[in-house]
Amino acid sequence: MDAERLTYMANQIGKFFAHKPEAEAVAGIEEHIRQFWEPRMRAAILAADGAGLDPLPRAAVERLRLTARAPRT
Amino acid sequence: MGLIQEIDYATKAPAGTAMVTLTIDGERVTVKDGTSLLRAAMEAGIKVPKLCATDMLDSFGSCRMCLVEIEGRAGTPASCTTPAAEGLVVHTHSPRLARLRRGVMELYISDHPLDCLTCSANGDCELQDTAGEVGLREVRYGYAGANHLAAPVDGSNPYFQFDPAKCIVCSRCVRACEEVQGTFALTIGGRGFESHVSPGIDESFLASECVSCGACVQACPTATLIEKSVVEHGQPEHSAVTTCAYCGVGCSFKAEMRGETLVRMVPYKDGKANRGHSCVKGRFATGYANHPDRIVKPMLRARITDPWREVSWAEAIAHVSSEFRRIQAQHGTGAIGGITSSRCTNEETYLVQKLVRAGFGNNNVDTCARVCHSPTGYGLKTTFGTSAGTQDFDSVEHADVVMIIGANPTDAHPVFASRLKKRLREGARLIVVDPRRIDLVRSPHVAAAHHLPLRPGTNVAVLTAIAHVIVTEGLVDDAFVRERCDLATFAEWAAFVADPSRSPEATEQATGIAAAALRAAARLYATGGNAAIYYGLGVTEHSQGSTAVMAIANLAMATGNLGRPGGGVNPLRGQNNVQGSCDMGSFPHEYSGYRHVADAPTRHAFEAAWGVALDPEPGLRIPNMLDAALDGSFRGLYIQGEDIVQSDPDTHHVTAGLAAMECVVVQDLFLNETANWAHVFLPGSTFLEKDGTFTNAERRIGRVRRVMAPKAGYADWEITQLIARAMGMAMDYRHPAEIMDEIAALTPSFAGVSFARLDALGSVQWPCNDAAPEGTPVMHVRGFARGRGNFVVTEYVPTDEKVGPRFPLLLTTGRILSQYNVGAQTRRTANTVWHEEDHLEIHPHDAEQRGIREGGWVRVMSRAGETSLRAHITDRVAPGVVYTTFHHPETQANVVTTEYSDWATNCPEYKVTAVEVSPSNGSTAWQAEYDAFTRRSRRIAAV
Repeated sequence: MDAERLTYMANQIGKFFAHKPEAEAVAGIEEHIRQFWEPRMRAAILAADGAGLDPLPRAAVERLRLTARAPRT
Repeated sequence: MGLIQEIDYATKAPAGTAMVTLTIDGERVTVKDGTSLLRAAMEAGIKVPKLCATDMLDSFGSCRMCLVEIEGRAGTPASCTTPAAEGLVVHTHSPRLARLRRGVMELYISDHPLDCLTCSANGDCELQDTAGEVGLREVRYGYAGANHLAAPVDGSNPYFQFDPAKCIVCSRCVRACEEVQGTFALTIGGRGFESHVSPGIDESFLASECVSCGACVQACPTATLIEKSVVEHGQPEHSAVTTCAYCGVGCSFKAEMRGETLVRMVPYKDGKANRGHSCVKGRFATGYANHPDRIVKPMLRARITDPWREVSWAEAIAHVSSEFRRIQAQHGTGAIGGITSSRCTNEETYLVQKLVRAGFGNNNVDTCARVCHSPTGYGLKTTFGTSAGTQDFDSVEHADVVMIIGANPTDAHPVFASRLKKRLREGARLIVVDPRRIDLVRSPHVAAAHHLPLRPGTNVAVLTAIAHVIVTEGLVDDAFVRERCDLATFAEWAAFVADPSRSPEATEQATGIAAAALRAAARLYATGGNAAIYYGLGVTEHSQGSTAVMAIANLAMATGNLGRPGGGVNPLRGQNNVQGSCDMGSFPHEYSGYRHVADAPTRHAFEAAWGVALDPEPGLRIPNMLDAALDGSFRGLYIQGEDIVQSDPDTHHVTAGLAAMECVVVQDLFLNETANWAHVFLPGSTFLEKDGTFTNAERRIGRVRRVMAPKAGYADWEITQLIARAMGMAMDYRHPAEIMDEIAALTPSFAGVSFARLDALGSVQWPCNDAAPEGTPVMHVRGFARGRGNFVVTEYVPTDEKVGPRFPLLLTTGRILSQYNVGAQTRRTANTVWHEEDHLEIHPHDAEQRGIREGGWVRVMSRAGETSLRAHITDRVAPGVVYTTFHHPETQANVVTTEYSDWATNCPEYKVTAVEVSPSNGSTAWQAEYDAFTRRSRRIAAV
C-alpha cells in the first residue's frame, strides 16, 4: 500500500477530530482507522516512517502500534 | 395469470376522515366528505359513463358523460365535479340521462375514425367502452361534415405516437402533464372546432418541452396517445407488478406482457413511491433487455489481450473457483474480494457479501455506494444511529419548506421531482443550494425562494453558516433539542457554529454566497414550518462528504424537523438498489443491518448461521483494493453488475489496478468498460428475468418479479450460488424468498420482512419487525435509533483540489434525465435521441475567454488526465465552473477526476476537479487509443 496516500488519508481524518481535546482526538483517529482500514493498510502506515503525518494522526498511529495485530496477507 | 386491471375511481380520494351518507341508485353509500358523486358511485360498484375524468387528475367536468340527476335539484350536473353530501339521493341512469349521453357521444363519434378493429387501442379504449355503455347505435349527424380525420400522426417521440384524428379533446393529457408531471409541455390550442392538443407551440412532441414521462399516454382514453410497442405487438395479455431498475425512487410498475414479450411498463397506481407516475427511463427505456449487445454465454480468456472464448457454465464456474483458490493459496486469504451490485436485488447482493465473507474468508467486499452515498451511511449513523433517510416520499406532501442540496431531482429522481413540484405549486417554499442553476430554481409554476450557488467544495462552510444563523438568531427548537438530543454535544456544536468565524459574512468569500442571501435562506428553513432537506451526490462526493451529511443532520435536529411527516433528512439515493446493497452488508466493515464486523455478538450470529468462522477485521474498500492490487497483495476480483472503469474516479488508476490482477470476473449484461480488463465474463440477468426485492431511497422494500426467463440461463443470484458451491460452500437456495428469510433471521431491522408479507402489503419500509410489523414510514418518531441525537462539530476544511494558473476552472459532474449512471442500459435504448453524447457546460464568459464556440470540441485537462467532448455554452453554470455528465464511455469523464476522497469513507471527490478547457479538433490521443483497445478487447473468437 502506498504509504504516502495512507499518510494523506490519516491526516484527513486528523483534521476532522482536530477540534477535540488532544487525547480524545487521538483516540478518535485511532478508532476510525481501526474500524475502517483493512489490516494491511494499518500495517503499511505502521511500517512507514511517519514522515508527513500531522501530530494528532502521528500520535494515533503510535497508539495503534501498541495494539496492532499481525496483518493478514 | 391475467392482466392486472386497476379500478379507475374517476376522481381523486379526498383527504380527511369525516364521512357522509347518500343514496345512489337506491343504494345507501357512505364515503369521505369531499368525494365526488362519480367516485362515490364507483366505490359502490356503480360505473357512470365518463371520458374526461380519471382518478390521477383533478375533476374537470368537460365531457358531459357523467351527468346525474339529484332529487330536489334542477338539471343534470356532472357527477365528477359535484361533491357527495349527506342525504343526497342520486340517480345515475334514467331515460333523460341516457338520451343526453347518447347525444353527446354521437357528437364525439361524428369526428372519430371508425377503425376500431384495426385500432391499436382496440380492447383498451375508454371511448369504445363508453360508446357501448351509453348504447350508441347511430350517429345522426353522419360522418361527412368537417372533421379532423386527416390530421397527420406525430411519430417524433421514439416511444409513443400522437394521432390527433383520434383525439376527443378531453384534456386528460394536458392535465396529466400539468398536474402529475408538472412540465406544462402540453396545452389546448385554438378554440371551438379548432381546439387541439398542442405540444409546446404547435411543435412536435420531440421538439417540445415534453420529457416523455408517459403521463399523457397513460391518461389518454383513446388511441390518440399510445405506446409504439402496443402498436407493434398488440394489447398485452398478462402482467406482474414489479419495481423499476432505474434510480433510487423505486417506482412500481406493471410489466405488461404478451407471452415472454414485454409490451409496456405501466406505472402502478398503488405503488407507494410513485403513486402511479413514471419517468422516461422506467416507463419506456427497457429496450436494453433485448439488445443485440447482450452477452448470453459465459466467456473466458487467459490474458486481456486475447479474444474471448465462449465456454459452458460449468467450465466458467470451475475456472473462477480454481483461479480464486489458486490466488489465495499463493498470495493469501485476503488477495481476492468482491463488489456487489446496486442494480441487483437485495438477495443477490446479500449472497455476494456472504460469498466473500464466508467463502473467500475475508471482508473484502464493497459496492458502488462507495462512490456515492457512503458518507450518508457514515454521517447519519453517527448523528441519528442509522444509515438511511428518515422519511417516506409521501412526506413531501406535508413540507412547507424544502431545501435541496447538491441534487437535481428533475433529472436524477424525476418522479420524486414531480411530487415535489406539485407541493411547491401548492405553496411550499424552496431553497436550492447548488453551484448550477438546476431546473427547479425556475421552471413552470416553480421558483426557488432562494438559490445559493455556492462554489464547489464549500458545502460544509455553507451548512455551518446556516447553523450559525439558526443558533445566533435564537431559531433553535429548544424543546426538541432538550427532549431528544445529547445536550453535551449540542452545547459543543452550538458554541462552535456561533463563533463569528463561521458566520455567513466570514465565509462569504470562500463560499461565494452573499451573506444576506444565506441568512434569509437559513431563516426560512428554521421558521417556515415543516422543513425538509433532500440532498444528493453534490453533498457526498467531496473530501468532506461525511462532514456535510452530519452538518445537514445537525440542522434538522437543531430545528426539530425530524420524527414527523413534512421534515427530515432525505438522501436521494442514486441507483435502484443502492440503499438495499448497503443494508445487505456490502460495506467491508459491516454485516447486514449496519453492524460492524468486530461486534462479537453479531459476528457469532452469522458464524452460527453460516457454519464458518468469520474475519473480525474490516476488509478493503474499492479504492483500497485497487491500491493493494498495485502493490501485488490483491489479485482477484468478482464484480457483479458494476462498471468501475467508467464510474469510478481517476480512470488511469482504476485500470492500472485491474491490469495488475490475475483474475477479474465481470458479471454483467454487456461487455462493459470494466470487462475490457476481465478474464472471465459471466452473463447476468435483467430485473425482468428474476425474482427478488429492491430497496429504494425511502427504505421501501419492493418486489421484483420475474416475467421472462433469464436469457443466459441463470438469474444473478444463481450464478453467485454456483461460484459458492464450486468453492466448497453449501449454498442451495431454491428461491430468493429463502434468501430473504435468512436476511430477516439475521438482521433485526428486517426481522418482519418476507416475500409473503411483501405480497400482502405491496411493499414495506424497514425497520420492519415486531415493533413495526407493517414497516416504518417515518423514522425517529419517539427517539433516535441511537438514543439521543448526536450533534457533530463540522469544521470546514477546504479541499486540496485547488484551482490555479494551470487549472483555473472547477469541474463538477452529474447526470441527465434520459441517461442512467454509466449508460450501459440507457445508451442501448432510444433515449439516446435526447443525449447521444456527453457535453461540457461552460459559462459564456469562460467560453469567450478561451475562444470556445457552441457545439465545438473542447479538451478538458486536469492533473489526472484529459478528454475531449463538445461544449455547450450556458449561464446555468457560474463563471469558473464547468459541468459534464459521465454517461458515455467515449468521453470517460472520470479520466479527468482525481483520487481525492472523503476523509471518512473514501467516497471520491467527483464534484471538484480543477481543470483547464481549451478548443480542440476532436478526440484526444488517449480516447483514440482507448477506443482501439476496447474494440480489440471485445473480440469473441469464432467457435
